Amino acid sequence: MAGHSEYVPQSAAAKWLESRLPVISLVRGSFVDFPTPKNLNYWWTFGGILFFVLISQIITGIVLVMHYTPSTAAAFNSVEHIMRDVNFGWLLRYLHSNGASMFFIAVYIHIFRGLYYGSYKAPREISWILGVIIFLIMMATAFMGYVLPWGQMSFWGATVITNLFGALPVIGETIVTWLWGGFAVDNPTLNRFFSLHYLLPFMIFGVVILHVWAFHTTGNNNPTGVHPKSKQDTIPFHPYYTVKDAFAIVVFMILFAWFVFYSPNYMGHPDNYIEANPLVTPAHIVPEWYFLPFYAILRAVPDKLGGVLLMFGAIAVLFILPWLDTSKVRSGAYRPLFKQFFWIFAVNAVALGYLGAMPAEGIYVILSRICTAYYFAHFLLILPLLGFLERPTPLPASISEAVLKDGGSGSPAGAVSAPQTK
Amino acid sequence: MAHTDQAEPTRRDFLYIATGAMGAVGAGAVAWPFIDQMNPDASALALASIEVDVSAVEEGQSVTVQWRGKPVFIRYRTAAEIETANAVPVEDLPDPLARNANLAADAPATDGNRGAEGKEQWLVQVGICTHLGCVPLGDAGDFGGWFCPCHGSHYDTAGRIRKGPAPENLLIPPYAFVEDSKIKIG
Repeated sequence: MAGHSEYVPQSAAAKWLESRLPVISLVRGSFVDFPTPKNLNYWWTFGGILFFVLISQIITGIVLVMHYTPSTAAAFNSVEHIMRDVNFGWLLRYLHSNGASMFFIAVYIHIFRGLYYGSYKAPREISWILGVIIFLIMMATAFMGYVLPWGQMSFWGATVITNLFGALPVIGETIVTWLWGGFAVDNPTLNRFFSLHYLLPFMIFGVVILHVWAFHTTGNNNPTGVHPKSKQDTIPFHPYYTVKDAFAIVVFMILFAWFVFYSPNYMGHPDNYIEANPLVTPAHIVPEWYFLPFYAILRAVPDKLGGVLLMFGAIAVLFILPWLDTSKVRSGAYRPLFKQFFWIFAVNAVALGYLGAMPAEGIYVILSRICTAYYFAHFLLILPLLGFLERPTPLPASISEAVLKDGGSGSPAGAVSAPQTK
Repeated sequence: MAHTDQAEPTRRDFLYIATGAMGAVGAGAVAWPFIDQMNPDASALALASIEVDVSAVEEGQSVTVQWRGKPVFIRYRTAAEIETANAVPVEDLPDPLARNANLAADAPATDGNRGAEGKEQWLVQVGICTHLGCVPLGDAGDFGGWFCPCHGSHYDTAGRIRKGPAPENLLIPPYAFVEDSKIKIG
């Protein structure tokens, strides 16, 4: 990262600092002078958007903890206290709870961008794998955060998800008891979830640094998938992408604010405004929307262990994706067949989300099974075979060629105005 | 410290391995309290048993009590319910074991083995679906017993799984009749 810096300290103070801790050149090399492909489109701004949402979640979270009480007797009331009594408490809580949904909207777009443009392929496998790890920690964090208000959905969500581990043979029950700290979800469970919910975002932050470090070492992918060949193909990160990312973040904030101010409970569930009751399960329990595709996979299998394994397998398959896709061509823009299968996969993923929200009966179960089978077929059958069967369209000789050739596939929507001044 | 293929293990090799092994034991010993603190504590283990008076429960009625933080269903079954449960051959059941903590682990899931001897009308079971831990609804489902709304498991009038993703029959906790109408659970 620092290797890209053209920075030479001028002032005596800067020279003094640089010779002891080269932090100025590190930051400049990573986020100012860093040579970035000049054709990145708006799908690439979601990395910056995600960083913004992570910081927003950490700040609102730290502030909410100043008013929240982690105990089964007081948690539910302390959240209502935040909503009613704490100055701007309603705003802070709605920012945090909707922020979680925003985080997942952005991360799903970010993941699908990587899937379409082949960002997981060599040499960016490590960056991709670190991204999947971030996704896993995000899911754990979101799940534990949802338990903290101690409503009905909090309690029963926690019960169902922790019971997933009970499906493991032999050690399952011991693990579940250990997770609970008792014989059911109770006060010890709430307290440890609170502790971990506070810890995990900082772990996400750490892995994000590694994630960025990895693709700053290999260089960014870009819509053509062709590596920059000369200085003509790149522009410095600042001001071009700082401005582009900042603009995208502001547009994203409009969506975020719309939910927070006009529809703050749209993505929540009314049952969570009923205090947790260990004796009554709500008639229709569903997880938060961002877990629904995986929930549909869990329920598609009429076997406890099988459902759990398939659900975790749906994420595990992402870890080996770089080695499942056999095509030599990185970007989907030059892969006519892949492009079609990509969109079928996207529709299938949304369909799984819909089926996860429906009751587990009749036609929904059958459709869930078909969609689950297709999800795995995409990774385990279609992607390995496409590399051999597909005839890709010709790749441009360089990024500059693709950008200057008007209307060429993979040409960016927004970055064409980036000048060749560098 | 160059080693060749035929070199005998030296005293230094022994010291490396011994030091490494001691270090691993030490790290494990330090890690264990941090892992074990998450297991059920003394106060959770102390709530081991409760006594329930069921004299007010009429035939066809159920009560739910809390034991170790879990719901326990106590049902005074009707003769028709017992008859339906008895009519099912054990080999037709998805889970052929009684899952009764008061009997041997391999006891078959006959209706008699789901209750206490001489008290077959009383069905005492942990009211937690063996799939993912929801509380099933009573007097519901395709088999007239319990139905779990979370993922659609159907239990019959003896609390045995008949249809759906749950792998086991509803668990029977350790219990005994201390008097004719008083049950001690746990």
